[in-house]
Amino acid sequence: MFKISKLSILIASAITASALVGAAGAQELTGTLKKIKETGSITVSHREASIPFSYLDDNQKPIGYSVDICNKVVDAVKAELKMPNLSVKFQPVTSSNRIPLLQNGTIDLECGSTTNSVERQKQVAFGNTYFVINVTAAVKKSSGVNALADLNGKTVSTTSGTTSVALFKKYKRTETADIKSIYGKDHAESFLLLADDRVAAFVMDDVLLAGQIANSRSPADYKILPESLNTEPYGPMLRKDDPQFKKIVDSTLAGLMKSGEMEKIYTKWFTSPIPPKNVNLNFPMSPALKAAFTNPNDKGAE
Amino acid sequence: MFDLFFQSSSEGEPLWWQMLASGLGWTLATAAVAWVIAFTLGSFLGVVRTMKNQWLVNIGNAYVELFRNIPLLVQFFVWYFVLPGLFPAVKKMVNDMDPTTHQFVTACVCLGLFTAARISEQVRSGIGSISQGQRNAGYALGLTEAQTYRHVLLPMAYRIIIPPLTSETMNLIKNTATAYSIGLVELFFRTREMGETTFQYFHAFGAATVIYITIAMTANIIMGIIEKRVAVPGYISGAK
Repeated sequence: MFKISKLSILIASAITASALVGAAGAQELTGTLKKIKETGSITVSHREASIPFSYLDDNQKPIGYSVDICNKVVDAVKAELKMPNLSVKFQPVTSSNRIPLLQNGTIDLECGSTTNSVERQKQVAFGNTYFVINVTAAVKKSSGVNALADLNGKTVSTTSGTTSVALFKKYKRTETADIKSIYGKDHAESFLLLADDRVAAFVMDDVLLAGQIANSRSPADYKILPESLNTEPYGPMLRKDDPQFKKIVDSTLAGLMKSGEMEKIYTKWFTSPIPPKNVNLNFPMSPALKAAFTNPNDKGAE
Repeated sequence: MFDLFFQSSSEGEPLWWQMLASGLGWTLATAAVAWVIAFTLGSFLGVVRTMKNQWLVNIGNAYVELFRNIPLLVQFFVWYFVLPGLFPAVKKMVNDMDPTTHQFVTACVCLGLFTAARISEQVRSGIGSISQGQRNAGYALGLTEAQTYRHVLLPMAYRIIIPPLTSETMNLIKNTATAYSIGLVELFFRTREMGETTFQYFHAFGAATVIYITIAMTANIIMGIIEKRVAVPGYISGAK
């Protein structure tokens, strides 16, 4: 008898606890979740040429590592709001307009290749880091450039609106380097300048360089310099001061990381052939990224 | 609100107002050089298209249709990315050039040729609006075709087209903003850069709006003064 009554107490407390959780779950919606509930739709942004994070396939459909992750977040939102028929809109954005479009409510979640920096956190919020990159340069093997120092007296390209611009400017000042830079308005254009021998190097995040190289006409002609100007985390971008939505984003990502599903998504996009040309980026997971998966966090780069 | 303009973009870089001012300098320089190209070539083509030689008329018409019907952004891309890729000689030339100079020259040529098509259309219609009697009068006086254009037709035609030429000049100034697409560090490029770096888009674009309006209005006023100065009494704006 005694045992049973102890069990019944346990059951009773479990019921009470779940009722409490239920009450907490039913709290009033705020921010993005409220907007999604009211409009019946969520708008996720994508990039057009950020391979393999977020880009367009042959049918002009957004695909990629970040898009897969975002779809998981969208699934979590559907479950949370109990709206299985939630309409999901995809909106293309660029390096330059992603922050204003997020702030003015055009997009609700940015899943591309966006660096989480302390400076940007003054304007927007970021979910858990899902990628870590090094800022470096791609060069042609035939150019004889083996280090950043070899770029002295040469011209390099970079994409305007990216954190690489400021980093590279800083690098130019610290070294007694005489390097000229020109800006492409997207990664494809900056790479075109390199492919056409108009510049000696393209300064950008290593993985984006690998993506451009893999999809170029002759990937064997290029190499990525081992040096690093900076290490930066990528994360999904959302509006600031939106705790409910951030909680869903963070817990979804943390769940994927803990369950090992994130590694599967990683393998799918970074070490297997990917559309549109079935090229393999051969970009194994870095120690920094493994650490980020073990301890999910949203710390920004300085 | 205005202190942002007195902050530096990053350590060791100029202040934001200085960045915008240097952008304004490129904008004005590009607009000025492009205007000279556009006015010279546009006048020439406009005249050619009203002459008797049908071949010249056709060539002039083809030029106008080609440059008027392709979006300006596409033209920039062609001049900057496609042309050097097609011709090794051009590529060698642009690679030897300072990259900023190359962007500036490309922007001036692209905008100049584009605007020339539009100015030529205005010059042609200006000449067309003068009665046939004036041309005949010129010939009756024993003037050659060239002399008739120089002393009879063009002096009137230019006066007639000052109003559309004014809006074309203002358009040209505003069109320089598309040069951001080839990386020329003009005013719009600097504005975007300021927005992207500080995330204060309202400040950056607010300042750009005021600057663009100011320079376009200044061009408008200058053209207005010219119009008054050269007015022929009893003719259009010279009526008063």
